[in-house]
Amino acid sequence: MSEPIAIHAPLTSRVGVAGFTVGIVIVGIIAVAAITGNQLVPHDAFTQDLGNRLKPPFWMEGTQAGHLLGTDQLGRDYLARLVYGARISLLIGIMTVITSGLIGITLGVLGGFFGGRVDDAVLFAITTRLSIPVVLVALAVVGLMGSGLGLVVATLGLLLWDRFAVVARATTMQIRGLDYVNAARCAGASTLHLLVKEILPNIASHLAVVATLEMALAILLEAALSFLGLGVPPPLPSWGLMIAEGKDYMFFSPWVIMVPGVALFILVLGINLVGDGLRNLLGSERSR
Amino acid sequence: MLLLIARRLGLGLLVALTVMTLAFMLTRLSGDLAISIAGPSATQADVEIIRKAYGLDRPLYVQFFSWVGRAMVGDFGQSYFFKDSVSNLIARRLPITLTLGLVGLSLALIISIPLGILAAVRENTWLDRGVTMFTMVGQAIPSFWLALILMIVLGLNLGILPISGTGTWQHFVMPGIVLAFTAIPALTRLTRSGMIEAMASDYIRTARAKGLSRARIIFKHALRNAAIPVVSIAAVQLGFMLGGSIVIETVFALHGVGYLGWESIAKNDFPVVQAVVLVLAAIYIGLTLLSDILNALLDPRLRTG
Repeated sequence: MSEPIAIHAPLTSRVGVAGFTVGIVIVGIIAVAAITGNQLVPHDAFTQDLGNRLKPPFWMEGTQAGHLLGTDQLGRDYLARLVYGARISLLIGIMTVITSGLIGITLGVLGGFFGGRVDDAVLFAITTRLSIPVVLVALAVVGLMGSGLGLVVATLGLLLWDRFAVVARATTMQIRGLDYVNAARCAGASTLHLLVKEILPNIASHLAVVATLEMALAILLEAALSFLGLGVPPPLPSWGLMIAEGKDYMFFSPWVIMVPGVALFILVLGINLVGDGLRNLLGSERSR
Repeated sequence: MLLLIARRLGLGLLVALTVMTLAFMLTRLSGDLAISIAGPSATQADVEIIRKAYGLDRPLYVQFFSWVGRAMVGDFGQSYFFKDSVSNLIARRLPITLTLGLVGLSLALIISIPLGILAAVRENTWLDRGVTMFTMVGQAIPSFWLALILMIVLGLNLGILPISGTGTWQHFVMPGIVLAFTAIPALTRLTRSGMIEAMASDYIRTARAKGLSRARIIFKHALRNAAIPVVSIAAVQLGFMLGGSIVIETVFALHGVGYLGWESIAKNDFPVVQAVVLVLAAIYIGLTLLSDILNALLDPRLRTG
């Protein structure tokens, strides 16, 4: 009944570590650019210059000095907007993972630990959540309530907790009967102590893998929502919105959709590489 | 077996009811519907007329139960924008979404099953790593962006496919490719891990010991067992693809159910939004039920429910 989570045998550690390192480097560079962006880029992401519209990036003819990645349809510096967009993507990814993680992990751990009726209720919640079409409902919420960064995070957070719940439930079930948990229980530990101090730290590594997957998914979904005009409101430069705004010009100036699209692709690939690396490290740890 | 089907059917109905409740609550989030339907230039009197006409003056629970009651028999009310019944609208659009979904799923299976098998039988070689890398790259490409690039390359530069619309079968090729792409990574990884697990099992060792050929072992023995999770996930995946096709339908102006949902959201046409959410959820619930039954047929160990 759950979403396809591919179980993935570890590659040889050499390749796994290489992928993990590449992923960390990619995410690190984008994070640094997002944080320090407005100091590094000489332009502002919002200042329009209608005399300098749609100037191509540095590798093409007719480029303009000072605008490394060219300008958009309103003459705004594309690099400045790209860097600002990285901040939006990362912010939405992280906030969504925190929200959905809190919901999913709570449900999953409770279901896995207590079993019985509680577990039935949790399974029902997961099944219901999986049958809800995410994109449509997210679009509807934003469409009916008005667009905004906070609303997008809240909506995605409320929709993307299913994998957290599935994994937290399964891993909790595996370890709830282990000796150290029973020992803590016999020593008189409270249920809350068992859940927070004994169970959670031991399933945390699995949840970290889920967190990377969900972060990548949230970033892609935000881009899709913004692309459809029902996500982050203009003039904020979300990468999805930049692609949507560039769409009208893409047949003559394809780079307007290539630049934000490639940025999105690289960020998501980097996060996935980190997640994959984590999973491989975990896999080799388990087999030892 | 019958008990299993009955239990799953009951669960499915309960889930459907919960989704109905959520869909109803969802459309009430925006505050006063009468005001948003009437538009910004309406007077207080206009708003009152609309409130009466659409039955929005009744208590919420009355609105809810009358909607649920009529939805059970397939009556989703009238669209505010299209001047047609919601059921008619959806019935006209559904074949397009289903066609797109089936084209996408078939393409995805045709590509991901051979890739998965290839990676599994050459486990830990560069070929295997290449396939894994391909799935990682596939997962990271935003579908709407891939759609635009295909439009530029196949539509404009090569001029071999129409860029948008619904007219002919060619109109389904590009959307089908993009939709397939969203499912290929997960299906490939699943086939690969299923095959690796099957190849390591006792019955494969027995088959080897009997001296069967490698091709026979792979296709006759291992694939049949590796196919079980793939077949069941494929059904579930189709549900996800139909739900996710809203983005692709919108990009390609393919007038399916997803496009209808997007249009209705933009126009505050909430009976249509509710119905589209419900129909997509119902299709998903139906497909998971089907996949559970299929699984039980393929694997007798699951039949106890």
